[in-house]
Amino acid sequence: MATRVLAHAPASAPLAARLTTREEVVKFIRTKPLGAAGALIILAMLAVAALAEPLAPYDPYRGDYGLQFARPSAEHWFGTDEFGRDVLSRVMHGARIALFVGFTASLAGCTIGGLLGAVSAFLGGKVDLLLERLMDVLLAFPQLILALAVASILGPAVQNVVIAISIPIIPRAARVVRATALSVKENVYVEAVSALGASRRRVIAQHILPNVVAPYIIMLTAQLGGAILAEAALSYLGLGAAEPTPSWGLMLSGSAPSYAEKAPWIALFPGMAISLAVFGFNLFGDSLRDALDPKLRGR
Amino acid sequence: MRTYVLKRLLLIVPTLLGVASLVFVIMRVIPGDVTLLILGGDQAGRVDAAQIAAMKHRLGIDQPLLVQFGTWLWGVLRFDFGTSLWSGRPVVEELLIRLPLSLELALAATLVSVLIAIPLGMLAAVRQDSWVDYLIRVVSIGGLAIPSFWVGILCILLLVIYFGWGPPLEFTPPWVDPWANFQQMVWPVVTVGYRYAAVTTRMTRSTVLEVLREDYIRTAWAKGLRERVVVVRHALKNAMLPVITLIGTEFAFLIGGLVVTETVFTLNGVGRFVVDAVAHRDYPVVQALVFLIAFGFVIVNLLVDLTYAWLDPRIRYR
Repeated sequence: MATRVLAHAPASAPLAARLTTREEVVKFIRTKPLGAAGALIILAMLAVAALAEPLAPYDPYRGDYGLQFARPSAEHWFGTDEFGRDVLSRVMHGARIALFVGFTASLAGCTIGGLLGAVSAFLGGKVDLLLERLMDVLLAFPQLILALAVASILGPAVQNVVIAISIPIIPRAARVVRATALSVKENVYVEAVSALGASRRRVIAQHILPNVVAPYIIMLTAQLGGAILAEAALSYLGLGAAEPTPSWGLMLSGSAPSYAEKAPWIALFPGMAISLAVFGFNLFGDSLRDALDPKLRGR
Repeated sequence: MRTYVLKRLLLIVPTLLGVASLVFVIMRVIPGDVTLLILGGDQAGRVDAAQIAAMKHRLGIDQPLLVQFGTWLWGVLRFDFGTSLWSGRPVVEELLIRLPLSLELALAATLVSVLIAIPLGMLAAVRQDSWVDYLIRVVSIGGLAIPSFWVGILCILLLVIYFGWGPPLEFTPPWVDPWANFQQMVWPVVTVGYRYAAVTTRMTRSTVLEVLREDYIRTAWAKGLRERVVVVRHALKNAMLPVITLIGTEFAFLIGGLVVTETVFTLNGVGRFVVDAVAHRDYPVVQALVFLIAFGFVIVNLLVDLTYAWLDPRIRYR
């Protein structure tokens, strides 16, 4: 009798019922309210960036000298700048640049760094030693000065800013992924597939890389906010996007502080947009890290 | 331990050599000729070729690149970083003029942030998931999100609009006039310190939370000790190790903070000196500053690692 019961029992009984996607979302909102707020900010920003064309009330590039320094009003919610351009429309279009730079720079930096870290950990020996020293050099090189120098070489343009920002991310991602890959490499199954004759490329691609995805994602979200801030700082220092591109950092540079008394809204709204975007990414990134890192669960 | 320190000290050499080579190559690749920038040219921007050649010879940049690099490295070994191509004065001398300001800004920002961050981080951990915790977390994540140059612009905006105050142009050292120095430095310190405080608060909260779950803390509670004693004497002391690491990891960010903050407040410090030197293609100045910052970075990180071993006897280095 006992044997029959056992034969019908599942191999391993589930500990809890599997949640549907909707239930997962509700659980995330309830357990991580700050993370949910971050996700909401990111979604709103993505929507604004995608729909900037139809949503923006005015052309972000068109100036009107009759409307210079117009105060925030029903016609111009965020006022106008020194060229009479609508600040709200420029802030909305600026979301596109911020998101583009944020996503591409952190994706490029984390992916190149992650691959280098995985290869370094797997190959070991001289390759590891050489790559590690290279990463040491990049880490010791002051981040903003490296970005400043690269941006100076390539010239002020959005795609060059992406390159300038992604380079300092590479050593950070390489370090994190290398450390994880080193522990993954020690697993018996990696030894087993190697013993079965799997090529090095196959072992890295199919067995090591999938296991370092979690730290890679954490790193990626953590770098997103930083990349948006770096773009703003470079544009502020005159090495990011060039005029008349509606970049948030550029909107704060040059003339904005000099019109502090006359038109404080020129500096106020782009700064708020940068802060809100980075705030959203940081909140979401933090909660994602908590959810993916077992040591931090419930903290 | 001695082998570990020796190994780490030896590793500093290739790292600094790599940094020196990288900055040297980058500065030579950056478009824009320093001689043209110095000479300026006529109204159409034309400069006589003979004049350019003479200027290059005078600045010593007509030599082969390897010779230039070798000369520079030899100078570095003797703590001679060459002379600024623009002012003609020794780089070390130029640096020493600006160093007190940046040093004061960096130290004051670190001090202020630590004094604010450690109690706040501790409070957030002790009152986890309460409104106090949420408030502290939101304020600290805000500190990471708000660009320091925008905080600076906002400070200037508020001070100009409400108090009619503009940032002073001349730096007054604290030993000359402490009050004037305070007035000049307080807002830049707030600007740099807010970000620093945000990072430290988050780190303190997370490590105190970790320590509060340790067995010996449960024992301390079971003994009937007061909350203050448990948190301050037992938990905080052990939670401080990772916070110390921050001094090392945040060093690079501090430099970045100085660059933008000094630009916003028009302070003539090391940060602004770097930006100007990159813009002016002043090779010796950029090379010297990057080298010194990198040197500071590796030394601070080494000291942090050694402090770890000193503070926690369980850590033994191989």
